[in-house]
Amino acid sequence: MRRSRKKQVIPGFGISMGVTLTLLSLIVLIPMASLVINASSMGFSTFWETVTDKRVLAGYYVSLLCALTAAVVNAVFGVILAWVLVRYDFPFKRFLDGLIELPFALPTAVAGIALTNLYSDKGMLGHFLGQLGIKVAYTRIGIIIAMVFIGIPFVVRTIQPVLEDMDSQYEEAADVLGAGRARIFFRIIFPEIRPALLTGFGLALARALGEYGSVVFIAGNMPFKTEIAPLLIMGKLEQFDYHGANAIALVMLAFAFLILFAINSLQIYYNKFTKQ
Amino acid sequence: MKRKNLITLGIVTTLLAGLLTGCAGKAAEDADGKAAKAIEITNVSYDPTRELYEAYNVEFAKYWKEKTDQEVTVTQSHGGSGKQARSVIEGNEADVVTLALGYDITAIEEAGLIEAGWQSEFGNNSAPYTSTIVFLVRKGNPKQLTDWDDLVAGGVGIITPNPKTSGGARWNYLAAWAYADKAFGHDQDQILEFMKKLYQNVLVLDSGARGATTTFVENGQGDVLLAWENEAYLSMKEYPGEYEIVTPGISILAEPPVAIVDSVVDDRGTREVATAYLEYLYSDVGQRIAGENYYRPSNKTIAEEFKDVFNLELELATIDDELFGGWDKAQAAHFDDGGTFDRIYDGETQE
Repeated sequence: MRRSRKKQVIPGFGISMGVTLTLLSLIVLIPMASLVINASSMGFSTFWETVTDKRVLAGYYVSLLCALTAAVVNAVFGVILAWVLVRYDFPFKRFLDGLIELPFALPTAVAGIALTNLYSDKGMLGHFLGQLGIKVAYTRIGIIIAMVFIGIPFVVRTIQPVLEDMDSQYEEAADVLGAGRARIFFRIIFPEIRPALLTGFGLALARALGEYGSVVFIAGNMPFKTEIAPLLIMGKLEQFDYHGANAIALVMLAFAFLILFAINSLQIYYNKFTKQ
Repeated sequence: MKRKNLITLGIVTTLLAGLLTGCAGKAAEDADGKAAKAIEITNVSYDPTRELYEAYNVEFAKYWKEKTDQEVTVTQSHGGSGKQARSVIEGNEADVVTLALGYDITAIEEAGLIEAGWQSEFGNNSAPYTSTIVFLVRKGNPKQLTDWDDLVAGGVGIITPNPKTSGGARWNYLAAWAYADKAFGHDQDQILEFMKKLYQNVLVLDSGARGATTTFVENGQGDVLLAWENEAYLSMKEYPGEYEIVTPGISILAEPPVAIVDSVVDDRGTREVATAYLEYLYSDVGQRIAGENYYRPSNKTIAEEFKDVFNLELELATIDDELFGGWDKAQAAHFDDGGTFDRIYDGETQE
């Protein structure tokens, strides 16, 4: 007892750890565990049948493909957006900065309805794109747009502080030593923001994978084409098939976990690599 | 160290529990204090009845005040029918449910909240008003759609919600099925072929009926919306002159049923007012409110008053016909996994 008390320099470990564990259990661990327990009560063969059904497999595919594309788009544009907001001064900069958070605050269904209205072939943007032969609403492109919308703040907000804290001396030094702009970006700036970018990418991806509210409105929900996995979960629930819904949810959870795990591993690898 | 952690955890848990029960206790007190004078009941309903119950609740409160001198407030809740049923099963304290399908109420019955036999508790299979499925087309009916077989022609875009997620969409599906059954003389293969063609023309499968209306009306998708009659009339009212209603040669009699949630009313002591609430729907006043909100009154005499609005001659199949054999059978045959709807989208014909 005495020894361990000496170890902790900062007071309040006991109570803060207690609060952490309680909240984590109530909000994350117990619900997740109930998902597993619920699914395990349905028997492996039924579970397997449910999660490998042709239509369900198509659902994962659509969800993963669109979420990945959206996360890549977010990563690219997120960096540019963060760059503009940190490095340049221009009128209404604060206003623009505030807008980034809007997708967090807006109920996703509202976003979905607004985007659909805009991008359907009778909508303002969709009409224009339709003349170029591009159909956005009710296609996978529509799904990706909705996912980009809800994911962009994750990337911008994780990169912004890193860019703000960056010491410009290194860039200046590189410039003096004759490095070109591209080289400065890829050798000096990019390695600095890479950990934040990976985190942002992972968050945006995980969020897009689970997104339901905005996507259902713009997706068209056609089986095998634009039907996302979360919609299949809702469909099962609507049939009062709690086990089936649980099974698909569990697979989605596994996907999300694997993705976040891979990203964290990559992060650790890079950290070691750069420190050596 | 470990023990200290445990103690802290214990304290936090107790505090949290205390906080929660403390709040709950206070809320209960408030409710009891009011109950002496006024009474409150909750009606959990589905999406398209919003306007109907808004009008009805006012009339019922007047009637109840006159009869018992007691103030009654009806709290309304609307959403997708299946979702609403689930919320009741999971503990949303509804005194009465007024949903889109008997299937959803049966699910509540199976959870033990509603006693068996609810369907004969009130008149007309516990359906005070009925509706049917009609076509909503754009003004002038540019594609000349008059009956179900026109919908399978090439180049026709149909909007209907997904029967897997929407109660209303199941009526749409069964109405089309009833047509095909009649047209092809019960030939299963031909019916399925027809349904396949029909759903190949579907452009967007929204998750709910209101979503489908938005897709058709606000976003301008498709040539025809398969809609509840009352939803179709509401769209016409909201956008006068832009749409027309086409009644097909045959449709289905949609009977959105009502029921008392026995375990809740016994618990809260609201059985009397809840029963009166549902019974009053069958009164002349209640029936007229239904008619004014484009639901077909089950009372024949009152329905006659609205004969300029509804096509009362329309041939209507019912869910209890031999063809469907009630909701449990229809649900299993058509909408559960592996049912006819899944066979339409078997994947091979797509992409």
